[in-house]
Amino acid sequence: MEILYAICVGAITTGGIFLILRGYTFAVVLGLTLLSYAVNLFLFASGRLVINGAAILGESETYADPLPQALVLTAIVIGFAMTAFALILALRARSDLANDQVDGKTEIHDDLPNKVGDNRQGGTNK
Amino acid sequence: MTLLDHLIFFPVLIPLLTGVLLLLPPFHERLKLQREAVMASNMAILIVAILLLIKSVGEGPQIYMMGDWQAPFGISLVNDVLASVMLVLTAILALAAHLYACAGEDKAGAFFHPIFMFQVMGINGAFLTGDIFNLFVFFEILLIASYSLLIHGGGKQRTQAAVHYVLLNLAGSTFFLFGLGMIYAAFGTLNMADMSYKAAQLDPQNIELAKSGGLLLLIVFGLKAALLPLHFWLPKTYAHTSTPVAALFAIMTKVGIYSIWRVHTAIFGEFGGELANIASAWLWPLGLLTLGAGIIAVLASQTLKMLAANLVIISAGTLLITLAMNTQQATAAGLYYLIHSTLLSAAMFLIAGVVQEQRSQAQDRLVRGRAISQPMLIGSFFFIAALGLIGMPPFSGFVGKILILQSANSALAASFVWPLLLISGLAAMLILSRAGSTLFWRVSGPAPQENKASPLQVTAIVILLACSPLMVIFGAPLTELTEMAAAELHKVPVAIVEGTL
Repeated sequence: MEILYAICVGAITTGGIFLILRGYTFAVVLGLTLLSYAVNLFLFASGRLVINGAAILGESETYADPLPQALVLTAIVIGFAMTAFALILALRARSDLANDQVDGKTEIHDDLPNKVGDNRQGGTNK
Repeated sequence: MTLLDHLIFFPVLIPLLTGVLLLLPPFHERLKLQREAVMASNMAILIVAILLLIKSVGEGPQIYMMGDWQAPFGISLVNDVLASVMLVLTAILALAAHLYACAGEDKAGAFFHPIFMFQVMGINGAFLTGDIFNLFVFFEILLIASYSLLIHGGGKQRTQAAVHYVLLNLAGSTFFLFGLGMIYAAFGTLNMADMSYKAAQLDPQNIELAKSGGLLLLIVFGLKAALLPLHFWLPKTYAHTSTPVAALFAIMTKVGIYSIWRVHTAIFGEFGGELANIASAWLWPLGLLTLGAGIIAVLASQTLKMLAANLVIISAGTLLITLAMNTQQATAAGLYYLIHSTLLSAAMFLIAGVVQEQRSQAQDRLVRGRAISQPMLIGSFFFIAALGLIGMPPFSGFVGKILILQSANSALAASFVWPLLLISGLAAMLILSRAGSTLFWRVSGPAPQENKASPLQVTAIVILLACSPLMVIFGAPLTELTEMAAAELHKVPVAIVEGTL
């Protein structure tokens, strides 16, 4: 089970890192979301994986470490707020800079299918 | 338990309550009232911080268990000399930055005052916490407040700088959590004092895990502290944000430095057994390279704010070198330099803000422009701040540099540290004298009468600048204080279950 779990966390992390290395805010925000999923699972495993164990003493024969579960809860809440903020900021940047490139440059649309240069709003970054 | 025992929590509680209060109807949208409330709460925090400093010097470190849950499971706040010195520093800085903001920049966008309070709360919490997961939580509080403060006022450049800053720091937070997970898996505790005790007797199969976790945390703190490959966000962010926010942000890189002290000096420090000094091998080259990169960047600065931001990188590089040396003497010297560089870089940002306002079109670009309205006053402020930042006597920069040069006492360390540190002073002198003569002497026309700096702005700059000569006059007690703080950081760790630290 540990190996399966580790592979899953690793795969999500890889996907997340791939996406945050892209040059567009939307992809980066998606990447950060994936990374925060991965980190939540990772934190969960840091108290070692236990099967059929409640996190409460006396409820079952073995018990799981409750602390990582509390940590994951905190991390989820914080990650949620941060992702929301990043999304709003990405939208703001999209309208302020007239494109969704993280550096605000228009000419780096090389891998998009024949996109016309963003000059609708006459940005200064042409 | 008297009220005085609960005092430790007040630097977090006061800004929290003030911030929430400011969002409520009686204060909401009443600017004057908001300004006064924040000023009052900044004063209160300063007083509490000074009381805490007196207490920690007199009685040694104090531990406050939140909700009275027992260590090492409950969350603790720890007030030792280092923490309370940082609190006093933050309080002075916040007071000055806020005074400056009250001259008009707080009107540029909504919610400046509540967010300012939350920012102070996050910083204070990060300094006080004794629990590494709580450090993460306070980091997030100070970060989300800083995201909003950063784009205060809006504008294209600000949005773009904010995108970089926010995305980088979000990635950094994820790495922080990965690091924490590894550290918890290896140590089985999150209490920093407990961790430093357990580090030496860690199960051999957990050593590698703890090492990776510790080094991941170094990446995160390095991102905050502007360690070389992770510092590229800093100049743009600091140069493009509003003036009082840039001044307040002078403490933000220092939060990273402080966390490296807490984690890599205290936990993975000289008593860590197999985990001893894992960060040093990385900090040596990267710290020196940061300083080198700062020197090059400072020489290439085009505006006064960019120049001030690049000087922050130089100070970060200098501090990282003292961290790499990792001796008690170096830590004490680093703390002195940290106080000095925070106050003076903040002062430089405020001066740059005034210059920017008074030169209208030319702004703070280092080109020939119209004369500023108060060349004598602002010029002498600039002169004092510049002397301090270069490290010339009689100001605090000189003492700070001497202390650091003295602590590089092995031949190998000295051969790297001395030349770079002295060249950084030379570079700062070159560019600052060029900037000063351009801004104040190469002007067209007489000084105009309008657009004078408001008394609030002048007071803010005077508060910050006055600290520099004071740090020299009271040099002896201050160095005693920094040595005390360093001694606490480098002490032999004691088991936490036997009661106090």
